[in-house]
Amino acid sequence: MRVTVRLFARLHDITGSAELARDVARGATIATVWQQLAQEFPALAPYEGSISSAINADYARMDAEVREGDEVAFLPPVSGG
Amino acid sequence: MGIPLLTIGSAPLQLERLIAAVSQWEPNPAGRDGAVASFLGLVRNCNAGRSVRYLEYEAYEPLALKAFEQIAAEVRSRWPGVTLALHHRVGRLQLGEASVAIAAGSAHRSEAFAACRYAIERVKQIAPIWKREFFDGGNVWIEGATADPRDERARAEAERVACA
Repeated sequence: MRVTVRLFARLHDITGSAELARDVARGATIATVWQQLAQEFPALAPYEGSISSAINADYARMDAEVREGDEVAFLPPVSGG
Repeated sequence: MGIPLLTIGSAPLQLERLIAAVSQWEPNPAGRDGAVASFLGLVRNCNAGRSVRYLEYEAYEPLALKAFEQIAAEVRSRWPGVTLALHHRVGRLQLGEASVAIAAGSAHRSEAFAACRYAIERVKQIAPIWKREFFDGGNVWIEGATADPRDERARAEAERVACA
């Protein structure tokens, strides 16, 4: 199944894309999507311990299951204000 | 149509609009509040020893608005009767421009000050917004807190700072 991946700030710089479409296996979690992406872009790996994640613009834990057509977002540590 | 309490966008911030928003908030009868405390975050010309030229802010806007709604709900729960307005700007900001504006209206000043301080601390903890600093000789993404809206320890720390 296909999901849309959104990447922000430094994660966007590392991958060169703010948005990617990726195929993942049924039953995949956010963590699965991340690991797949980190294999493709090894420079993402150091962020594993500090990212937040979201599904369809709601914060979600890395063990949350993703569904066909979901928008999965990975957020590096924030710096608003 | 009143002035929205919570916004994110590229338009320059106008603090007087936030003050008007909390002062004229529809369900609140005129004269109910005796205090409005406000905060403006500005682009500073120097950071970590670097001469800053300008900043670029990026946000995951739909989630940022939800984070603002959570912050406003936390304020209502902690300080009932406080009305919060919170506007954040994105895009390129020049030195001295405002990146964030907050106003808190309340019957009394102590709740207004505390809620205002609490709101900016929470923005820095949980709003999915990032600043990229362009300085003499390069640029760098600033990375602060790992955003976790359910981290009660972080929330309690923001409340402690607000009430100090």
